Amino acid sequence: MKKIIFVLSLLLPMSVMAAGGNVHLDKAEYDLTDKASLQTGAQLFMNYCLGCHQTQYQRYQRTFDDLGIPLELGHENLQFTGEKPGEHIKNAMPSESGAKWFGAPPPDLTLVARVRGADWIYTYLRTFYADDSRPFGVNNLVFPEVGMPHVLQELQGLPSKTSEKMLVDGEMVDRDVGIKADGSGELSAAEYDKAVLDLVNYLVYVGEPSRLQSESIGRWVMIFLLVLLVLVYLLKKDYWRDVH
Amino acid sequence: MDWVEYRLPIMRVANQHAIQYPAPRNMNFWYMFGFLATIVLVNQIVTGVWLTMSYTPTAEEAFASVEYIMRDVEYGYILRYMHSTGASAFFIVIYMHMFRGMIYGSYQKPRELLWLFGMFIYLALMAEAFMGYVLPWGQMSYWGAQVIVSLFSAIPVIGPDLVIWIQGDYVISGATLNRFFALHVIALPLVIVILVFLHIVALHEVGSNNPDGTDVKRKKGSLKEDEKTKYKIHEYYTKKYDIIGDVVPFFPHIVLKDLVGFCFFLLAFCYIMFFNPEMGGYFLEHPNFEIANPLKTPTHIFPVWYFTPFYAILKAVPHKLGGVIAMFAAIIMLALLPWIDRGKVKSWRYRCGLHTWNLLTFAAVFIFLGYLGGTPQEAWKITASQIATIMYFGFFVLLFIYSKNERTMPVPARITE
Repeated sequence: MKKIIFVLSLLLPMSVMAAGGNVHLDKAEYDLTDKASLQTGAQLFMNYCLGCHQTQYQRYQRTFDDLGIPLELGHENLQFTGEKPGEHIKNAMPSESGAKWFGAPPPDLTLVARVRGADWIYTYLRTFYADDSRPFGVNNLVFPEVGMPHVLQELQGLPSKTSEKMLVDGEMVDRDVGIKADGSGELSAAEYDKAVLDLVNYLVYVGEPSRLQSESIGRWVMIFLLVLLVLVYLLKKDYWRDVH
Repeated sequence: MDWVEYRLPIMRVANQHAIQYPAPRNMNFWYMFGFLATIVLVNQIVTGVWLTMSYTPTAEEAFASVEYIMRDVEYGYILRYMHSTGASAFFIVIYMHMFRGMIYGSYQKPRELLWLFGMFIYLALMAEAFMGYVLPWGQMSYWGAQVIVSLFSAIPVIGPDLVIWIQGDYVISGATLNRFFALHVIALPLVIVILVFLHIVALHEVGSNNPDGTDVKRKKGSLKEDEKTKYKIHEYYTKKYDIIGDVVPFFPHIVLKDLVGFCFFLLAFCYIMFFNPEMGGYFLEHPNFEIANPLKTPTHIFPVWYFTPFYAILKAVPHKLGGVIAMFAAIIMLALLPWIDRGKVKSWRYRCGLHTWNLLTFAAVFIFLGYLGGTPQEAWKITASQIATIMYFGFFVLLFIYSKNERTMPVPARITE
């Protein structure tokens, strides 16, 4: 809950509307063991996000290794600006320019999944809608007055907001119920959801690249501790037998 | 061995304070938390040393260096999670340890000084945890520090200057981070280790209490041979007292008992550490994964969960200085327990029903205050935290009143279970 509430920060001078904390978030059923999904996510990230957003604490090579991408292949297909594979995933956009263009510098995304949560990103990337009052012609349901353009528009198409009339406190009001794409995108609605899920999966991975390793070590540690517990308990019982 | 022992009394001290230390045999579940606190302290020091090897205490590099530890240092994420989980575990263990002291009257005569040393450890630990939380230099590190340090500005006359002196700058900045690093890594751990040493020395001088509150050390010559313990207890204790038969040596009996508890503790600890280190945003707060930004105030600023009861008391008082005084008074009251409680019987087992009710209410109020202080402010919570604050202090007032002429049950001469 806290992460949702925290979302609206004072960073963007434009974000005056304090709504957004109550938006329903769709559950992102991501799977860190799904390498194909992570690879698609990495591809989407490098192509659509990295232009503006860095993941400056994560290195290319680590990503390739963890995602099962051969170094050569990754270097040729996922690195566009000629860095060495051992370097951090950064872009060349100066943050001052970013601030000028978008109202605020595009935030680093290394830890975005840990700050906002997977569900938030999953919903956010699927709820851009046409809004002529905004500089980039789009607004967002979970991030009102967002400063970012709909970069995945070529995949999703340009959705518009759907609302329905509802009776609230005796008055008929328009209430947002969701968004509907116009069908101009390359992907169908289901395909788009899957693509965003892959991207979310990748961002969750980048947020904590050691997650799977941690859990696999953890399982052995738990087994060891259970065995140790039994042995220590039996030893204790033996020594305490004569105490009374 | 003898050569060393002749010059340095390793075995004598080990025998006196660890191996042949007399411990009541009825020390139960509640008595393992002291042992666990020591283990967690060692964990914090050892993992802390290794974290220091890769951490950079500057405003520019701190956040990145933590992520460097998480990603590039071999098993660095395990070290970091051991340390962050350890911080919360420390407070869980310490709160249990303190509540144990309260229900079994371990603060009563002759253990007043022991209790006071414990309270000093608790204070030092709070300072240590607060400063450690600033080091990752995330949003909550920064703004949490802002809130806590600004409390000192409530002090009349010197307040504002004091804040600048603490910060080493006009705002929380790299200078603050630097000095907090020094205090967190050297000064406070040293203080804590020394206080823990004194705590244990004081404990061994007066001996361990137990759930019955029955004194296991009797006047020399008052016990028959078959009433005395059959185990080998160090002559340091047997020379001064007769030790009753309900006593076991610390090693192996108590150590093994503690080790069983330790295994349970480690299972929980390792589960959190390996599978759920954020603990739903309580052990590692979500906003703290965002780098500190002095220009961007978070919507809600909370301290970490272990400070929230006191934070709720702070917020319950509408006056700033009043709130700060109430918060510190809440801790001082705990320290004064040995003198507030005028009862002669230690354990709640043999005290009046009101005492049991009072203790349980106090625990519930403390947890409720923690909830109030750790969730977003709402109108009803202000009233609720005011009522809870009054109930918090009410515990001590009631205790002071009824403990004077309390109806108690006779304490058994020998340990019962």
